[in-house]
Amino acid sequence: MSQPVETTYRECVKQAIREAMIRDQRVFLMGEDVGHYGGCYAVSKGLLAEFGEERIRDTPLSENAFTGIGIGAALGGLRPIVEIMTVNFSFLALDQIINNAATLLHMSGGAFNVPLVIRMATGAGRQLAAQHSHSMEGWYAHIPGLKVLTPATLEDARGMLWTALEDPDPVLIFEHVMLYNRSGTLAADAGPVDIAKAAVRREGSDVSLLTYGGALYKTLEAADKLAEEGIAAEVVDLRVLRPLDTATIVASVARTRRAVVIDEGWRSGGVSAEIAARIMEQAFWELDAPVERVCGLEVPIPYAAHLEQAALPQVEGIVAAARRSLGR
Amino acid sequence: MSLTEQQIRTAVLEELGNVAPDAELDGLDPSEDLRDALDIDSMDHLNLMIALHKRLGIEIPERDYPKLLTVDAAVAYLLARAG
Amino acid sequence: MADILMPSLGADMESGRLAEWLIKPGDSVAHGDVIAVVETQKGAIEIEAFDSGRVASLEIAEGEEVPVGTVIARLGAPGEATAAAPASAPSAPPPAAPAPAPSAPAPTPVAAPSPAPAGPRRRVSPAARRLAETLGVDLAGVEGRGPQGAVVSSDVRRAAETTRAAAPAATQQPARRRGLDLEEMRKAIAAAMARSKREIPHYYLATRVDLQAASDWLARRNAERPPEARLLISVLFLKATALALRDHGAFNGTYEEGAFRPGSGVHVGSAVAIRGGGLIAPAIHEVDHLDLDALMAKLRDLVERVRRGGLRSSELTDPTITVSSLGERGVESLFGVIYPPQVALLGFGRVSDQVVALDGAPAVRPTVELSLAADHRVTDGHRGGLFLRRIADLLQEPEQL
Repeated sequence: MSQPVETTYRECVKQAIREAMIRDQRVFLMGEDVGHYGGCYAVSKGLLAEFGEERIRDTPLSENAFTGIGIGAALGGLRPIVEIMTVNFSFLALDQIINNAATLLHMSGGAFNVPLVIRMATGAGRQLAAQHSHSMEGWYAHIPGLKVLTPATLEDARGMLWTALEDPDPVLIFEHVMLYNRSGTLAADAGPVDIAKAAVRREGSDVSLLTYGGALYKTLEAADKLAEEGIAAEVVDLRVLRPLDTATIVASVARTRRAVVIDEGWRSGGVSAEIAARIMEQAFWELDAPVERVCGLEVPIPYAAHLEQAALPQVEGIVAAARRSLGR
Repeated sequence: MSLTEQQIRTAVLEELGNVAPDAELDGLDPSEDLRDALDIDSMDHLNLMIALHKRLGIEIPERDYPKLLTVDAAVAYLLARAG
Repeated sequence: MADILMPSLGADMESGRLAEWLIKPGDSVAHGDVIAVVETQKGAIEIEAFDSGRVASLEIAEGEEVPVGTVIARLGAPGEATAAAPASAPSAPPPAAPAPAPSAPAPTPVAAPSPAPAGPRRRVSPAARRLAETLGVDLAGVEGRGPQGAVVSSDVRRAAETTRAAAPAATQQPARRRGLDLEEMRKAIAAAMARSKREIPHYYLATRVDLQAASDWLARRNAERPPEARLLISVLFLKATALALRDHGAFNGTYEEGAFRPGSGVHVGSAVAIRGGGLIAPAIHEVDHLDLDALMAKLRDLVERVRRGGLRSSELTDPTITVSSLGERGVESLFGVIYPPQVALLGFGRVSDQVVALDGAPAVRPTVELSLAADHRVTDGHRGGLFLRRIADLLQEPEQL
C-alpha cells in the first residue's frame, strides 16, 4: 500500500482518463470543449497537450452527432469516452443512446457489443438553472442495455472509468457538479473498482439511509447529526443505479428495519420510487416503518440560490425523515 | 444386565399400544405384518422405532426397519442386538 | 366485551355439544388459548379463543348441544395485561347480568364465528407481526412505541422478555384420549364429499416423479441421526408442495360465494387415516416457513393428536389445501376429492421402485405418482401441470427444501 495523497474528485477523474489513454491505445476522449478549453469543469485540462488532437477531440455542438460517432467508433473496435457537458444536453442524443447504444447487442442477436463510455455532469447547486441542473440519471436507469454509474467518492471517481471501459456494453457515468472540488486523500496507486455493488459507507443499526452521488455527503452529515441524538444510521451508497444492487439494500434494511431514500432527482417515477418498490417486494416483512423519501422538489431547478437550495434535499430534511421512521 | 425375550416382547407390545392407542391389540397375530394387522402407517412405525430405541437403548438403523414389521420379527431382531 | 360463539368446524357442521369447559368465570384467556372441548362429528375438538380478556360468564353448560353461532361464553373487559387495547375501542357495556339461558332455539345460525374487530385496525409493523408470531406474543398486550404509535419489532421483543420473566412455565394439558364416533365421522365425510362432487368441477392430472435424489438424500441424512431425528419422505412432499404454492397461489385458498380467496398463508391439511375407517386432514400452519425438522415435529404431533384426541379448532378450519400421502404402502396413485371450500388436493401414491427409461436405457428407480385434483372454476389444467412440475423439480433438490 502506497502513501495516501491529497487530491480532488476532478483530479481523480482526470487521472482515470489519463491512465486509460496510456494503458489502451484504443481509448480516446471526445466532447464539447474537452480539448483547447480543457473541459467545462476543467477535467481534461492539459490532456490535449499530452495526447494530441487525434485522441482528445473537440466536437461541434451536436450531441446527437458525436454520440453517434462514439457508437460507431465503439462498434469499429475503439474504446471511446464521450463527454456530454451536462445531463440536460444528453436529451439531444437520446436517440443514439437509447435506440442504438442500448439496443444493438440485442437487435444483432448478440453479434455487436457497443463498448462505449459516456460521462456527463449532473445535479444542481451551481446556479445554472433549469436547463443545466437536473438529475436525470434515474431516467437512464430505466433503460435495459445500459449500465448507470454514480461515483460519489474519490476512489470511485478514480476507479470506475477503467472498469467501465473494460465492460463490453455501454456504460453511463454521472459526475455530480458539486463533487468536482471535493478534496481528500486517496492511495497513490488507487486503481480500478467494481461497478456492480453498493457500498455501506457508514454502519448503523437503527435506520438505513440509501443514497448516491452528490447527496452522499449530505446524508453522511445527517448521520452524524442523528448519532448526536443516539440514532445509529447506516449509510448505503448505491454507486450503481443500473443494475441496482438490491441484495445490499435488502440486507441493510433487514438489519435496521427502516429505510430513508435520499435522491436529488424527482420523486415521481424516479430512483427513489424504484428502491421503495423493491423494498416492498423483497423486505416487506422486515419493516418496522413505512419507507421515507427525501427527494428534489417537483419543480424545474430554480436559478435563485435560496430557491435552488430549497428545491434540493438538505441535511435537516434527511434527519427529520429518519426521526419519523423511528417514531420520534 | 441383558434383556430376556419376554422383557423385549412386553416392551414391543406396550410401545405398540402407546403408538396406536386406538388399535385393538388383543388377538394380534405376532407373525402378521403390523401394517396389515393394525393399519400401522409409516409415522406410527417410526414412532415405534423411536420408543423402542429409547426404552431398550438398542440402535435401529433406518435400513433395518423392514426387519421389524411383525411383533415376532421385532422381538427376534432386538433380542439379537440386546446382548 | 367479546362473545365466544360455537364455531363452525367444517362446511357441514350445524351444531356442537359442549363436552368440557377448560375455563371458568374470572379466568384470563389470550388469543389461541384452548378454552373448551366440543364434541363434533369429527370427534372431540379443542376450541381456541379468538380474543383476549377475562371470562365474564359461561352461557351454556357441559353436555348442552347448541347450533353453530350460538354465544357460549362472554369475555369481559380485558385485565391489566391488555391495558394497551385500542383507546378507541367501544366502551364495554356493564358487566352482564345473568344472560338468558340459551336453551330456547337459538337464532338463525351464522356460518362461522368471526373475531369481532374492536375499533380501527391497530398499527403493527410487518416485522413486528412476524416476530410476534415467532415468539408467540399476543399483540393485544403490546404497547406500541413506533411511528404513530405503531407496534414495532423492538416492542414485541420487549413484551416477550417481560412475559418470560413474569410467567412461570405454562402447565401442559395432560394428553387425554377422547372418544371418536366413527359413525358420526362417516356422516360428516359423506356430507362434505357429496357437496364437493355436487359443486366442484374437478379436473385431475398425474405425473410420475423420480425420487432417487430424494431417497438417497434422506437415507444419508437419517443414517447419521437417532430415530427421533429421522425424517419421513412425506415431510419432503409437504415442504415441496408448500414451496411450489408460493409460485402457484391459485391452488392455495378457498372458493366461496362465487370467488376464489387466496389463503392467508400456506396451511396444508395433512390427511391422516383413522384406524377402523375415517379420515381427517387438519392443518399444519405456514408449512412454507418451516424447516424440515420443524415440519416433521409438527406432523408427528398432529398424527399423535389424531390418534389420541386433542385437535384444535383452528387446525380444522384453516387448511388452504390438502395433501394426501400414502407413504410406503397402498396403491400407486390416488385421485382425491377436494375438501370444500378448498380448491385443490394433492395425492402422493405409494413410493415404489419402477423401471424407467434413463438416458436411453432401462433403470430401476424409486418413484411416486403425484396427482392433482383441482377446482376448474379457479384454475385449469395448464396451470395444474406447471404446479405439479414445480413440485417434481423441487423434489430433485431435497437439500434445498
